[in-house]
Amino acid sequence: MISYAECSARERLAQLLDADSFKEWVPPVERVTSPHLTQLSVPCAFDDGVVIGRATLADRTVFVAAQEGAFMGGGVGEVHGAKLVGLLRRAQRDRPAAVLLLAESGGVRLHEANAGLIAVSEVMRAVLDVRSAGIPVIVLIGGSNGCFGGMGIVARCADHIVMSDVGRLAMSGPEVIEASHGVEEFDSRDRALVWRTTGGKHRWLTGDCDALVEDDVAAFREAAIAALDKAQPLTLDALEKEHDLLAQRLHIPPAEDAGGDDATFLWRALGVADAQAVPDLAVDAIRALRNQ
Amino acid sequence: MSDVPAGLETLDFSFSGGRPAGTFAPVLVGVVGSGNLEVMLEPAVGRDCIVRVETSARGFGSIWRAVMNDFHGRHPLAGVRVSINDMGATPAVVSLRLDQAVAEIKGGRT
Amino acid sequence: MQWNSLVTQLFGPYHGMRAAGDFLQGEVMFDGEPITVIGTTHHAPIGVELALAQARVVLDTITRHAGRPILLLIDTQGQQLRRRDELLGINRAMAHLGAAIDLARRRGHRVIGLVYDQALSGGFITSGLIADACYALPEAEIRVMRIPAMARVTKLPEDKLRLLSQSNPVFAPGVQNYVSMGGVRSVWQGDLKGALRDALASAPSQDLRAQDGAQRGGRRLAADVIERVLSAD
Repeated sequence: MISYAECSARERLAQLLDADSFKEWVPPVERVTSPHLTQLSVPCAFDDGVVIGRATLADRTVFVAAQEGAFMGGGVGEVHGAKLVGLLRRAQRDRPAAVLLLAESGGVRLHEANAGLIAVSEVMRAVLDVRSAGIPVIVLIGGSNGCFGGMGIVARCADHIVMSDVGRLAMSGPEVIEASHGVEEFDSRDRALVWRTTGGKHRWLTGDCDALVEDDVAAFREAAIAALDKAQPLTLDALEKEHDLLAQRLHIPPAEDAGGDDATFLWRALGVADAQAVPDLAVDAIRALRNQ
Repeated sequence: MSDVPAGLETLDFSFSGGRPAGTFAPVLVGVVGSGNLEVMLEPAVGRDCIVRVETSARGFGSIWRAVMNDFHGRHPLAGVRVSINDMGATPAVVSLRLDQAVAEIKGGRT
Repeated sequence: MQWNSLVTQLFGPYHGMRAAGDFLQGEVMFDGEPITVIGTTHHAPIGVELALAQARVVLDTITRHAGRPILLLIDTQGQQLRRRDELLGINRAMAHLGAAIDLARRRGHRVIGLVYDQALSGGFITSGLIADACYALPEAEIRVMRIPAMARVTKLPEDKLRLLSQSNPVFAPGVQNYVSMGGVRSVWQGDLKGALRDALASAPSQDLRAQDGAQRGGRRLAADVIERVLSAD
C-alpha cells in the first residue's frame, strides 16, 4: 500500500496513471509562475502548484490535473486556475475518455484574492461545460489538506467523486468556523468531530461522494478506472432528484435535539445500522453500510 | 512599514570543471512548502553548472555557497542549470533534494 | 442601495417582489416581458437553506417558463459559517444552485447577476459568477474574505493587506477593479433600465472573462495560459 495522502501531486500521478503515459502541458521548465506571489515576496513554484497533461488510464486517454497541497495549501491563483481552465477547454475540444482532477485545495489562493476568486469560478463553469459535453469529470480527494472552499463546490460539479477516509470535502475549514462563531460552534481541534462533519466516511454515507477507498494509490487508481464510463448528464430530472434529496436534509434536527451528535443522527436517519460505530469501522465495513 | 517582507533573495552561483551531463529531460524534485524547496535541473549551453536560488529565508548566502560547493564536489556537472525555489529548507534537506534530482537524471523514474 | 429602491427603479413601484427574511423573489415585467428575479439582502450568509431556496426558483422557472430571463440580485457576506451547514453539505447545495443556473443558461434562459451591495466569495461563486454575465452598482464591493481573517490565514500583516486593498487590483474590493479583471462585465450607472436592457440583449453565453481581463489589463496572464494549454503538443 502506498499512502495517497503522503504522496506529492507528481508522485500520485506517477502511481495512478499507466506507466510512462503522462505528457505534461505547461511544464515547470516553461516557468509559468505567479507574478502576484513574487510581488508579495512569497516563493513561486515552477508549475504554480498544479500539474496538468494527458495520459492513459487502463489504456484510455484521459486528461489529468493534480493540485499540490503542500504549495500554498493547494490554493487556486490566476495561473493555477488558468491551467485548469485550459485543460478543461482542451477536453471539450479533444474529447478524452475523462478528465481526472486530483483535488487538494483550500480553495481560492488568498494571496491572489480577486484573481483567485474569478479563476475558481472559471474552473467551475469549465467543469460544467465538459460535463455537459458528455465527458465525465472524475475528482479524487485524499490529500491531508482536503478539498475546501470554491474547490469544494467545483468537486460537486463533477460527475464522480472518489474519496478516501482520510480525505475531507467541505466549504469552510473548521478553523474559519471556530474563528467566526466560537469553539462551541466547531472545535477545530476535535479531529473526530472534524472527520464526522467533513471526512470521507461521512460523505460516503450521505452520498456526497460516489466511492470510498483506503488511503492507497492503487485503490484510487482502481476507483478512477471504474468511474471512466460513469458520465452523469445534468438533466432537469437529475436536478429535481438532487433538490429533493438535499431538501430532506433540512429536516435533520439541530445537534441539541439529536441526542448530542447530529452526524450520528443523520446516519441513522439515512438507514445506517449501528451508526455510532461508524468512526471506528474500517473502510470496507463502511462501504457496505450504504445502499448503492 | 517595517514589517513588510523585504523581498525574496536571489543567489547565483556558477561552477566549472564538471563532467558534461549531455542531453536529458528536465527534472523536478521537491515541493515549495514551509521548510522545503523544489529543485529543477535542465540542460544548459556551455560548460558550467549554473545555479540560481530564490529564497524567502534571507541572509544565508554563505551557507548556500557552502552547500552548493559540497554538491559540486559530489556531482561535478557541466552544461546544467540548477533552479531552486526555497521556503527555508535546512542545508540537509537542500542537499538531499539536489542529490535526488541528480539521481533522476541518471535514470531514476520521474 | 436598498433592494426595494433598486427594484422600484428597474421595474416600477408595483414590481411585486417580496422578501422572506433574507430571501428575495418575484416575477416582474420589463419591457413588456416577464423576468424571474431571485436574490438576497441584509448581506445574507448563504447556507444550505438559502442555496436551495434560490435553486427551487431557478428549477421552477426552467419547468414552467421556457426562455424567461432570470435576474440574480446579490447582497451576501458569503457562505454561512456554521458546522451544521458543513455537515449537511453546503458545498453540495451550492454546486446544486450553480448547476441549476447553468442548466437554465443552456436551456436558453438569459441569466444576469447584479451585485447591488456586497458579495463575498462562496456566496457569490454560485450565483453571480455562474450567470451569463455579472454586473454591479458603483458602490458595491466584492471581496474574497475580510481583512482580519485573511491576515490570520495568510500570515500577512493586516496593515499590509489594508494598504494592498487600496492600491493593488488583486486585493482592492471596488467593482471597477473587478471590471478591469474581467470578473464583472460592467458597472450600471444612471440609467439602470437601459443597463438591464443592454445586459439582456448582449450578455455573452460563453465565458469570456479571461479574455476581458486581458483586454482590459486587469488580469493579464489567464487568457495566455489557457491558450498555451490549448496549443501545447
